[in-house]
Amino acid sequence: MSHLAAKVASTLVAVAAGAMLALIAVPVVGQAPASVPRLATGRPDLNGVWQALNEANFDIQMHAARPAMALRAGPHGQVPVASVLALGAVGAVPPGVGVVEGDALPYLPDALKTKRENQANWLTRDPEIKCYLPGVPRATYMPYPFQIVHSESSLLIAYEYAGAVRDVFMKDPGPAPVDSWMGQSVGRWDGDTLVVDVTGFNDQTWFDRSGNFHSDALHVVERYTRTSRDVIAYEATIEDPKVFTRSWKMSMALYRRQESNAQLMDFKCVEFVEELMFGQWRKNPLSR
Amino acid sequence: MRRRLLLVTILVGGLALAALSPAPIAGQGQAYSPPRLADGQPDLQGTYDLATLTPLERPNGMNAVLSREEVAKLEGAVAAVVALGARPSSGERAAPPKGGDGSRGAAGNVGGYNSFWLDPGSTFTMVNGEARTSIVVDPSDGRLPPLTPAARQRLGALLARPSAENDPGLDPTPGAYDDPERRPLGERCLLGFGSAAGPPALPNYFYNNLRKIVQTPDRIVILNEMVHDVRVIRMNAQHLPSHIRKWAGDSVGRWEGDTLVVDTTNFNADQIRYVVAVAPGRTLMMVESIGAEEQDRLSGPGKDLHVIERFTRVGEKALLYRFTIEDPGTWERPWTGEFTWPATDQPIYEYACHEANYALENILRGARQRDAEATKR
Repeated sequence: MSHLAAKVASTLVAVAAGAMLALIAVPVVGQAPASVPRLATGRPDLNGVWQALNEANFDIQMHAARPAMALRAGPHGQVPVASVLALGAVGAVPPGVGVVEGDALPYLPDALKTKRENQANWLTRDPEIKCYLPGVPRATYMPYPFQIVHSESSLLIAYEYAGAVRDVFMKDPGPAPVDSWMGQSVGRWDGDTLVVDVTGFNDQTWFDRSGNFHSDALHVVERYTRTSRDVIAYEATIEDPKVFTRSWKMSMALYRRQESNAQLMDFKCVEFVEELMFGQWRKNPLSR
Repeated sequence: MRRRLLLVTILVGGLALAALSPAPIAGQGQAYSPPRLADGQPDLQGTYDLATLTPLERPNGMNAVLSREEVAKLEGAVAAVVALGARPSSGERAAPPKGGDGSRGAAGNVGGYNSFWLDPGSTFTMVNGEARTSIVVDPSDGRLPPLTPAARQRLGALLARPSAENDPGLDPTPGAYDDPERRPLGERCLLGFGSAAGPPALPNYFYNNLRKIVQTPDRIVILNEMVHDVRVIRMNAQHLPSHIRKWAGDSVGRWEGDTLVVDTTNFNADQIRYVVAVAPGRTLMMVESIGAEEQDRLSGPGKDLHVIERFTRVGEKALLYRFTIEDPGTWERPWTGEFTWPATDQPIYEYACHEANYALENILRGARQRDAEATKR
């Protein structure tokens, strides 16, 4: 083989190899990369202990750090209210870049008023403070892990916080027979993305600690796309014509907990709020 | 003649088929070949209805197994009672008499749930082709082994609840209404009430008897409808260190042949399990927190509770559930029970409890009102 021919041949080999590499590295749209484990059914395997790593539970919108969730006017700006003062820096709100697409929330005028009232009355109104079931999508980005248990026929999501659970029906049972805190979840596959349609909510849960709320007309469409062994790209589209002028979307990464002994532990917070909720009715109330 | 032969063939064939059909047979798991998942393990998944007429303990004077005639008679009698209680009530009926109608239990004494609300079971559990009169199979008399002297003493106050003068629903245990922590775990929405808290998973004889199993190679989940408890069983894993205690214990699993064996320890030690008769022939295993002054999750009387459960698919629509309880702080020796879990198409609903628990507040407020009135007198 001449020098030129050898060069052409090696170039061809390199091009071919490059093309193959390109084929491997750039997945077809809607198809997860080869590193994503799959079930025997061929679907991406979503099993694992997952957790969001962001500040959305404080405020889903972009926000600067603030001294506390509950504030009052001080002589030189806002300071924590007396009831959370003792927490110091532990009670401060970490800043966050936000998870809402475009950042603005399209509240109807009255709903925006309610949001602000919620925020001003956070200590008495936020359902998280009373250990109530968190609703969807808030359960996803609370600072607790959750476990997806995904078999060939079933998919269940167990959350550490309050022992909340969602049984995702992979066959549509029809309209939710009754409203609930966690809604009725119906799943389907769009290529390699699990799409969960959630309806049948009550109007009791919030989106975050900043008073962002919804009505019982809430409809959430979630998309779970496992983009690697360790990441699920998560999106939730929110529709609620009683509260918002249009639908809006949040997105974030969910990370797989890497510890070899990663698992859900007990966080039955019901017992932790008994003093708050019922302490005044003790025979001998503690000082408060 | 030919026709007659054909009929006989069909009948005999039918009988043979019936014999082959997967009746739940204990200890004969090999006879039935369960569907399997990709990892080769039997598929235990499904929703199961644990409701059964078979009580935990065998009622006095009953044989271990009922005859077909006895089953028909007893199940028929229960169905008649249920039908009676399910009749629509009249809007014009009078209020219950002052002081109540004499009934006891969850409805208080002013009348309450009719059959529509309840799901106490309608059939006896069939194991090994036998209609059983107790879930307990060891001891063989179908009764629990004796309590240890310490447990007898501890449970004395709980088990001997004399009715108070004017209010049969009132718990006379000293301090029973002093603090939320003194109230039953079900009332606090921490665990299911009656027998619904587990493990072991027992029929509740009341309602909310559903369990759902979702199975993967390294995690098996049992969802309990009542109080939305999810038990995540870690397969082939070690138990948590002994200072980590959980309300439903720490469950690890392994396969023994085609049987899933789940081992649960690390229960909150301030819980106690005890068995109480709530009606003739109806015993419940209650899980309760013990008195506030004794509460200790590490060294309480439940510290050594150990539950071993065995799940075997014995038919297209049935699991055999067998459990052994070792609790040297409570019973003089281990005991074992078994019953069949029939699959069901019933949906599991959200059981949000704490979120609307105005009852606990009102119970405590009522007690303070009572205290105030007693002081005035």
